[in-house]
Amino acid sequence: MKDTAESYVTEDGRTIGEVILDLRGITLRFGGVEAIKNISFDIRKGEIRAIIGPNGAGKSSMLNVISGFYNPQEGEVWFRGERRPPMKPYQVARAGVARTFQNIALFEGMTVLDNIMTGRLNDMSAGLLAQAIWKGKAEREEIENRERAERIIDFLEIQHIRKTPVGRLPYGLKKRVELARALVAEPDLLLLDEPMAGMNVEEKEDMSRYILDVNDELGTTIALIEHDMGVVMDLSDRVVVMDYGRKIGDGTPDEVRGNQEVIDAYLGVAHD
Amino acid sequence: MPDQLLFAIEVTLNGLMAGVLYALVALGFVLIFKASGIFNYAQGVMALFAALTLVGIMDGQVPFEHLINAVFGTDIHGFGWEVPALLAILLTMVVMIAFAWAVNWIVLRHLVGQEPIILFMATIGLAYFLEGLGDMMWGADIKTLDVGLPQGINTTIDEATFNMFGYGFFIDNLDITATIIAAVLVAVLVAFSQYTKQGRALRAVADDHQAALSVGISLNFIWVLTWSIAGFVALVAGIMWGAKSGVQFSLSLIALKALPVLMLGGFTSIPGAIVGGLIIGVGEKLFEFLVGPLVGGATENWFAYVLALIFLVFRPQGLFGERIIERV
Repeated sequence: MKDTAESYVTEDGRTIGEVILDLRGITLRFGGVEAIKNISFDIRKGEIRAIIGPNGAGKSSMLNVISGFYNPQEGEVWFRGERRPPMKPYQVARAGVARTFQNIALFEGMTVLDNIMTGRLNDMSAGLLAQAIWKGKAEREEIENRERAERIIDFLEIQHIRKTPVGRLPYGLKKRVELARALVAEPDLLLLDEPMAGMNVEEKEDMSRYILDVNDELGTTIALIEHDMGVVMDLSDRVVVMDYGRKIGDGTPDEVRGNQEVIDAYLGVAHD
Repeated sequence: MPDQLLFAIEVTLNGLMAGVLYALVALGFVLIFKASGIFNYAQGVMALFAALTLVGIMDGQVPFEHLINAVFGTDIHGFGWEVPALLAILLTMVVMIAFAWAVNWIVLRHLVGQEPIILFMATIGLAYFLEGLGDMMWGADIKTLDVGLPQGINTTIDEATFNMFGYGFFIDNLDITATIIAAVLVAVLVAFSQYTKQGRALRAVADDHQAALSVGISLNFIWVLTWSIAGFVALVAGIMWGAKSGVQFSLSLIALKALPVLMLGGFTSIPGAIVGGLIIGVGEKLFEFLVGPLVGGATENWFAYVLALIFLVFRPQGLFGERIIERV
């Protein structure tokens, strides 16, 4: 594993860029409980970074720290080379970090297209009056945003449900719509919280393919949480392993697989 | 046509237009409830406060006149000017936006994530505070509000119906104006929420807070926006009711009439608020006309609530409300 800020090329020929997000000594407490204990790791441009670990290891908390839903008591978050002050989730989103949720957070009453269009809200600057009379800038913006949304819809192959209210969709498709809404914002960093939870084998394979395509063709940097070890090892460039709020491993899938502490955590060796 | 039927038609028309005014108040409730899940008990008082402020500005009153005179021993009686109605309405809107902002920054911001009952209690407190503030700012006396809306019997309709049926309908010009203004207001609101980015953000927040945050929508901004819109709706309702029956404390009680409207229409539906308002308006007028004489009259006081109760039994989510399904 490289520690330098420069980009490098992996063994299988993938170019990994400079560090885009750097977490330094993050500690997060809920009352007396330490959910995250002094964890540091980074995410590089263009890579797929997985966070794994047993239930209750603090993976989702970690993702929530990155996306601003939690603010850690200690530690620093460096994003694109600058130290990030404590931020609200909507500010983090505006700064270029999109995410999906473990339990899916979509606008159930809106159509798929409307849901995806909300992902472009921050790239619309036309004034209320201009929008009201639908002229000039407002019209150009709306058309451009619509085109971007349609591109993502094609990319994720959800054309047939564009006008369907999200509440009527099956689980697997909802997950894909949520991914589309995050993608359409063209984020610098995309966070996926268990994108394959609750899916059958076929749906998992589909989702894996979409994640790889997104990373490959759109060049999106992705950090994801996943339980399925097989999936994680296939997808990711580097893996962070967490257990009881601590970081117990960090490296390529192969490095992590050989790590005794990681094996113990997954096989359930007694903690002393 | 028999006289009885003609009377009934006239009563129905008047009921429809009274219903429009109920719907206006209910609309303010629905907007805030949808966006933030808060049942805003203060909506009626907001209408009163808006109407008081409008009258005060138009008459050139000095805000807190009594208080200033008492504290500084001065003897101020108004600025001595009169402000044109349109400008005064704009200024009142500015006051309502400032109020929306203050409510969010001083009260609601600190209550995010609290139980609905606590938020409801907060709005009760807000209602009484606002009532007192209105009195303190503008005085407690009954005021007349005249922004130049046409009033009195509509002679065209009177003559046309007289020539047709031999009986002239009594329709108040103010009611006709109120109906037109309410229709325009609803059309503008619908267009705003469907076709503007702020409207899209508003619908997003109404649907799911967490998801809205994740796409970069500021909840605080949206809440100030909805309270401002609710303040605007309250102002319109205040102008209509104020012009009809004077600006006085009882105006805030129309909020209580909005409750059965909401039970009928559902708390989360804008069309529901309108249809619910119309049903209550027509229902209570027709009931009073048909059944009132048999039971000694005054049915308008309770009819709406009994109708709402019957609705609660058979369709608790209202006509247009979201169905409540509990998964076990």
